[in-house]
Amino acid sequence: MIVEIEKALGARFHLSAHFRMTLNPAAVMILFGPSGSGKTTLLRCLAGLDKPDRGRIIFNGQTWFDRATKQYVEAQHREVGYTFQEYALFPTHTVAGNIGYGLGALSSAERKQRIDEVLHLLQLEDLEQMRPNRLSGGQQQRVALARAIARRPALLLLDEPLSALDAPTRVKVRGELRDLLRRLEIPSIVVTHDWEEALALGDEMVVLNDGNVLQQGTPQHIFNLPKDVEVAKIVGMETVIPGRIAQAIDGLVTVEAGGVKLLAVSQDAVGSNVFVCIRAEDVVLEPVGAGATSARNHIPAVVKDVISMGALVRVDLELGFPLSAVVTRSALEDLHLDSGVKVTAAIKAGAVHLIPRRSAVPAL
Amino acid sequence: MNWTAINVTFQLATLTAVILLLVGLPIAYWLTFSQWRWKFVIESVVALPLVLPPTVLGFYILVAIGPHSPIGRLYTDLIGHPLPFTFEGLLLASILYSLPFAVQPFASAFDQVDRRLIEASWTLGVSRVATFFKLIVPLSAAGVVTGIVLSFAHTLGEFGVVLMVGGNIEGETRTVSIDIYDEVQALNYAGAAQTALFLLVISYAVLLAVYALNRKVWAIWPQK
Repeated sequence: MIVEIEKALGARFHLSAHFRMTLNPAAVMILFGPSGSGKTTLLRCLAGLDKPDRGRIIFNGQTWFDRATKQYVEAQHREVGYTFQEYALFPTHTVAGNIGYGLGALSSAERKQRIDEVLHLLQLEDLEQMRPNRLSGGQQQRVALARAIARRPALLLLDEPLSALDAPTRVKVRGELRDLLRRLEIPSIVVTHDWEEALALGDEMVVLNDGNVLQQGTPQHIFNLPKDVEVAKIVGMETVIPGRIAQAIDGLVTVEAGGVKLLAVSQDAVGSNVFVCIRAEDVVLEPVGAGATSARNHIPAVVKDVISMGALVRVDLELGFPLSAVVTRSALEDLHLDSGVKVTAAIKAGAVHLIPRRSAVPAL
Repeated sequence: MNWTAINVTFQLATLTAVILLLVGLPIAYWLTFSQWRWKFVIESVVALPLVLPPTVLGFYILVAIGPHSPIGRLYTDLIGHPLPFTFEGLLLASILYSLPFAVQPFASAFDQVDRRLIEASWTLGVSRVATFFKLIVPLSAAGVVTGIVLSFAHTLGEFGVVLMVGGNIEGETRTVSIDIYDEVQALNYAGAAQTALFLLVISYAVLLAVYALNRKVWAIWPQK
């Protein structure tokens, strides 16, 4: 699929999205970005609900939109399955009625069979005759998906499929959604601003900000190697600090940041200005004086704050620059972590990600 | 009671309501969903009968369908008799006079329908026309019924337009309200009171039905 579109929304916002997506084998593409970045507008343009001002959309050799040749395929004829953030289930129809809504072209026997298949696939059999307003959020989400896939769409477009769910349900449904997308083998585009969702669901990822595509790649690649500081901030890299490369030997560099020397993997030359990015998950906390480990960076630090994040705890440290670590509750208790406690922060050289910094880039 | 007048009135009101249902739904759909920047011009025209004195509206309709207008001449050539002071002429006037009473409830009900539901229907391959009948009309049922009933009730009670366009021809254009006026002019207060009470009861019953229905529909499908 080729997407090269421009669309102005009001005077302030301009969407300019250029990317490609592999359809075979069917992949799950994540559109990632903060709210207001243009993800939903882009998705609506792909579905045929909004018309771009310029450019073209070519899906599987079929031109859906081309400003130059004035071609435009209406939403009705694009064979997409679309789910809305708040699901938009038809309140006048039962669950089965919602799923069968778009199957008017089938005979009633075929329609019944298809509805039953989809009900079974999404484990909705017991809810067949219920109205949407009687369903829980997770159930509504499944019905919305069921309705979208009932017509066997060529492309599935999911707008923040999990955002309307509460946190515990979200984790459960995320797993179900991942399994379902794998099994369906329909090329899918999922809009999200949640990095866990992106990593869990995506094969490919496009990062959007202010209407522009900043980076495309696998989610893991983007999270671990954000192209620049803007991407790093958007994907939620917890620590991004300015530094300078002091030494370089065999692809390993020593970078100075906030008076601390860190070993990192980089091809950047000595003297380069960089941003040092470290994910909280990659920071290991050890008691002071622990033995040698494979991690190359062991930095004395003082605990500044301990913040609960459900099963995990974020520990904010000061070690010449602020650094965050994420640990389990049991680790917190074993190490007696609390404000003022001294620990050692261990970071593998490979987890210290350096992004070249020009002096023009404003300091964070 | 003058049963002939009652018969004429109910025929007129029923036909007006049915025709307004057919004509009003597309107009209301267009008024609700059109992106045209000059839409308000048409909206104002549709709402004009709400503010114009019935005699003014009746006067213009009379002139427009009279023997000196192209429409009037065309009608006379096609049908063989002129349009003013006939039941058909009265029907046309009633439709125009009650137009906003049908279109406005339709349009405001369409406006309440969540756009995402409509878009969801489109992405499911359902055409705009089919979406209208399968989704928008059922979701706007209360508003559609309100519009039909209001245009029916409004036609039952019209006076000025009838007098201007229809005149007072027994069995053809004499409606209940004209009959009451005639009775009062003839100082037959008992006859007037009877017919007036009849009209009052019918109108009240119709409005009761509208309000009760609206309550029920909202109780079953809370809009938001």
